[in-house]
Amino acid sequence: MSKPLISVRGLTKVFGDFTAVAGIDFDVAKGESFGILGPNGAGKSTTMRILAATSTRTSGTVEILDRDPEKFGPLVRAHLGVVPQQDNLDGELTVSENLFIYGRYFGLSKQFIKAKIEELLEFAQLEEKRNVKVEDLSGGMKRRLTIARGLVSEPDILLLDEPTTGLDPQARHILWDRLFRLKEQGVTLVLTTHFMDEAEQLCDRLVVMDKGAIMAEGTPQGLIKEFSSKEVLEVRFGSDRNKEVAPQLSQMCERMETLPDRLLMYTEDGEKLLEQITAAKMHPTTSLVRRSSLEDVFLRLTGRTLIE
Amino acid sequence: MNTGIDVPQIQRFGALYIASARLKSISKWKGIIAAVDIGNPLFYLIAVGVGIGVLVEQGSGTSGTNGIKYIAFIAPALLANSAIAGVMDETIFPTIEGFKWRKLFFAQNATPITGRQIALGVYLSALCRAIFSVSIYYALLLAFNVVEFGPSILLIPIAVLGGGGFGAIILFAAARIEKVDQFFNILGRLVIMPMFLFSGTFFPLSSMPIYLQPIGWISPLWHATELGREAAFDYGVSNLMIAVHLTFLTSLVVIGLTLAMRQFERRLAK
Repeated sequence: MSKPLISVRGLTKVFGDFTAVAGIDFDVAKGESFGILGPNGAGKSTTMRILAATSTRTSGTVEILDRDPEKFGPLVRAHLGVVPQQDNLDGELTVSENLFIYGRYFGLSKQFIKAKIEELLEFAQLEEKRNVKVEDLSGGMKRRLTIARGLVSEPDILLLDEPTTGLDPQARHILWDRLFRLKEQGVTLVLTTHFMDEAEQLCDRLVVMDKGAIMAEGTPQGLIKEFSSKEVLEVRFGSDRNKEVAPQLSQMCERMETLPDRLLMYTEDGEKLLEQITAAKMHPTTSLVRRSSLEDVFLRLTGRTLIE
Repeated sequence: MNTGIDVPQIQRFGALYIASARLKSISKWKGIIAAVDIGNPLFYLIAVGVGIGVLVEQGSGTSGTNGIKYIAFIAPALLANSAIAGVMDETIFPTIEGFKWRKLFFAQNATPITGRQIALGVYLSALCRAIFSVSIYYALLLAFNVVEFGPSILLIPIAVLGGGGFGAIILFAAARIEKVDQFFNILGRLVIMPMFLFSGTFFPLSSMPIYLQPIGWISPLWHATELGREAAFDYGVSNLMIAVHLTFLTSLVVIGLTLAMRQFERRLAK
């Protein structure tokens, strides 16, 4: 394997008496799409701000493109594209003005930026909005513009912090499609998310983060295989009965999680398990058999759901 | 790797990139800014020139103002005050917006641009706004025959220096604000208003009781006003005092800007 573009060892960030990031290690290879999955407050955004060469760290080492981002901030940032969690566009300026001034911050020539803007407007599907003031755009359009802005300098690494949080399903799918294209073009992506489906769709490899620490690392499929069963049977008996039947049901499967509204039963064959339950004269009000997901991995690792 | 990115050049000119982006945003408000910058002086020139000035001169002639017409006496102060108002508009709002509302500074800082350059860029664009406001004001003073064209043109750089001195401190203060709510109330009512009233604006500072005069001594408005009166009318300010005024205002610029640049850098690196 060639030298990683990003290399993080023992990274720690402390705010006052709160430890946001507690000694994490990971590498990101060139062309890889790397995800940080975790609930709100896991330390994802703090990690991203350190990777973006803007925030300082308390301890540990970080190397991005062979440089320490704390010592060579401007030099490192020259090769990064950053998409923050909250769109921080200039609402008073138009779509193309936003792209233009951002390109100038990288010292790029006017001709280069002008040509680049055309390419990016097409990529972000904002060609017809080029002269519209940014504050008049929809949430999905702003998001796409923020991503386009992050690409104006043709970065080696694109950092995306919760790229689709707050978007409706349709806008999310458009965005995933755009990010997938970048991935195909070989752009190295680092993204944080608390959506397991997003992580599964976009990440080649990911770490599961909780309370500032990395709980597990691997490919989405690998993590599911390692930490969960093939299938999950979700059953509901009504909120009061769930607890009553739980001890009996837990004997029937490999592992069970009791959530406030439902029971998750981990098994290799969900249909067969459901038949057994029915045969035992327990009749759930609803039941659902599905494949295991990263949500189950997270539940297994932390005992909590991703979105609380 | 994009080879068109020239980091050393960004390190030299980053503040200018920020300033030019700020000017682009400011120019979106050109209609309102022009209306304010023309309307405000007009109101003062009419109210004071026709109303209050006549009353003052009927009462005591020009004995209290070193023989200068009342409207001319207060003109340098109004000019400096206009610079202060312009610089305040273009430092406080962009700074709060940059750190809190739209978080634009974080976007700018995600590029090779540094926090120090952002602070300097915002400041430079605010000075441009002050030059614009003050130039219009000066043109109106000429049109209303309040001052004669000549050395009085120095009123423009003097007013901008006054605005710049105050603006540098305000830039630093705005970069420190975490809670916005009370800031405007306190600033407007407890800083700007007393500064406007007690800086020798409407009457010479020396005609105030000595215990109130320190308000003027620490006020950039007073220092700029005194310099302006001397430049426009040979008001009788000693060379020593000219040096004091210039040193005071320049120090504000240097100290305020140094603190502001450091504060921007620290806050963005959190």
